[in-house]
Amino acid sequence: MAKMTLPFGPQHPVLPEPIHLSLTVEDEIVTQAIPALGYVHRGLEKLVDIRDFNQMVQIVERVCGICSKIHAMCYVQGLEELMKVDVPPRAKYLRVMWSELHRIHSHLLWLGLFADAFGMESLFMQCWRIREKIMDINEATTGARVIVSVNVVGGLRCDVDDTQTRWILSELDEVEREVRRLESTFVNDYTIKKRTCGIGVLSAEKALELGAAGPTLRGSGVAQDMRQLKYAAFDSIDFEPVTALDGDSYSRMKVRYYETLQSIDLVRQAIAKMPDGDIAVKVKGRPEGEILSRVEQPRGELFYYIKGNGTKYLDRVRIRTPTFANIPPLAAMLPGIELADVPIVVLSIDPCISCTER
Amino acid sequence: MSIETIPAALDTIVGEVVKMKAQEARFLTMTAVSLDEKTTELLYTFDQDLVMTHYRLTVPKDTHVPSISPVYFAAFLVENEICDQFGVVFDGLVLDFGGKLYLDEEAQRTPFCKFAVTRKEKA
Amino acid sequence: MAKMTANILRNFFAKRATRLYPIEVRPPFENSRGELYNDIDQCIFCGACALKCPSQCITVDKDQATWFCDPLACVYCGVCVEACPVHCLHQKTTYRPVCVTRETIFQKGVLKEKPKKKAKVVAEG
Repeated sequence: MAKMTLPFGPQHPVLPEPIHLSLTVEDEIVTQAIPALGYVHRGLEKLVDIRDFNQMVQIVERVCGICSKIHAMCYVQGLEELMKVDVPPRAKYLRVMWSELHRIHSHLLWLGLFADAFGMESLFMQCWRIREKIMDINEATTGARVIVSVNVVGGLRCDVDDTQTRWILSELDEVEREVRRLESTFVNDYTIKKRTCGIGVLSAEKALELGAAGPTLRGSGVAQDMRQLKYAAFDSIDFEPVTALDGDSYSRMKVRYYETLQSIDLVRQAIAKMPDGDIAVKVKGRPEGEILSRVEQPRGELFYYIKGNGTKYLDRVRIRTPTFANIPPLAAMLPGIELADVPIVVLSIDPCISCTER
Repeated sequence: MSIETIPAALDTIVGEVVKMKAQEARFLTMTAVSLDEKTTELLYTFDQDLVMTHYRLTVPKDTHVPSISPVYFAAFLVENEICDQFGVVFDGLVLDFGGKLYLDEEAQRTPFCKFAVTRKEKA
Repeated sequence: MAKMTANILRNFFAKRATRLYPIEVRPPFENSRGELYNDIDQCIFCGACALKCPSQCITVDKDQATWFCDPLACVYCGVCVEACPVHCLHQKTTYRPVCVTRETIFQKGVLKEKPKKKAKVVAEG
């Protein structure tokens, strides 16, 4: 059979965001995959030249439309370390709470999209229906559904009171019950196993070599999670990374499913251990010097490089998002699989292209 | 305050990266910073068991830098990005987009340099 | 099969998961950040909001006593509301309604020193 080059994307029913893959196929088997980016590049990093370091908080939130809180957290944690600001403990716990809520809704969104990719429309709707509860919690506590804009350098902008935490906990109980009802489908369903088991295998050595991050790495059995760095309040919260061993699409899905449940537990722990007190301190001075900041995003490890020069404008902000790290593993996973499985494998790394291109 | 880095030079960087690979470190990313009119700084970041190692390489704007993508395949994307944004040319890229990863065909300047350099015509 | 019957029965008697939106609207949350408006009579035209705004959608002219905002550029972060020294900026709990033309907010107030009061003008266009 002759070789053929097929374009996959940038517009494809399975992709929420535009990425182009140039697939070389022989007899329905992919032999080579070359990614091409650049459809949603916005140059947000360049905005440091005209926006001061406080305004950048709102700008880095807009790098990603799903995990905005975590981007802002990574950025302000870096700046706080650079400017030697001690954040009040309550703010740290609240940051954990909101970032884990973001992880829950991001994973539920992805589980829904993944279900849609193998044709389970109803499962997709169930996931998104459950997710709506988390969005309501976000809106009620912070004022916005997705781009919550709660972080500032030095702490947080809003607090939650006891009535709100009680309401969050009761909503979470319901979310947990409903997510657990999906367990038998996601983990044991015959169709899902048939579509995902053994598809897009990435071995642990290969994953490390190709610099995979997040659930893509943990799905290959490497227990590496940036929350082990004990940023924010993770030093006093019990946490073990979720891993799966097979390295296929099914493993990656399982990691994300169990992380959803784990994050519910982490929110509960954060609320239970949350001390009283202030949520922000006043920040004086201007950032000078360079710093690296890493946190765990729903899609993996997020990396910020910040360089300040003593003025209110930063010299450089470099954002390395998890999908950026996961594209080379994706290009390595695709050769050897059937064309019909390409959407599943592409989606299994949870691609967030707006993040990648910034 | 600045981060701890290991200085590297143009002719040693690939050797250092090969060493990191032998230690089974994970390649995190590269960062380019435009220092002044003439120089760009490249930071190579690796991670091993949650500890980061950095190599710092300062290069004049018009020199070619050897690519590390033959060692770490994952580096091809970030090297192409730096080529787009800072005009640093990498020799020996595994997948070379030729400075057109994000930019249009007509783009003449590299947008991320504070002191923009005009892209030279390809020979 | 038995499992499915239980599901069917549950869904049959449960209330529907979605709202019939235009007829039934969920009341907004108390501190939702919605439409931005300026109580122009209290505004002192200090320009703090314009300075802090991350999307730079606000323009304040101190001499003319005007306050201008482009709602399509506004990101509804609420930074200006916190920055305002006289608390004349507010956010409603509901979002801006859909519009068919590009609307901007242009308000003219009076500087506090002047004794006579000019009428508030809201222009669209």
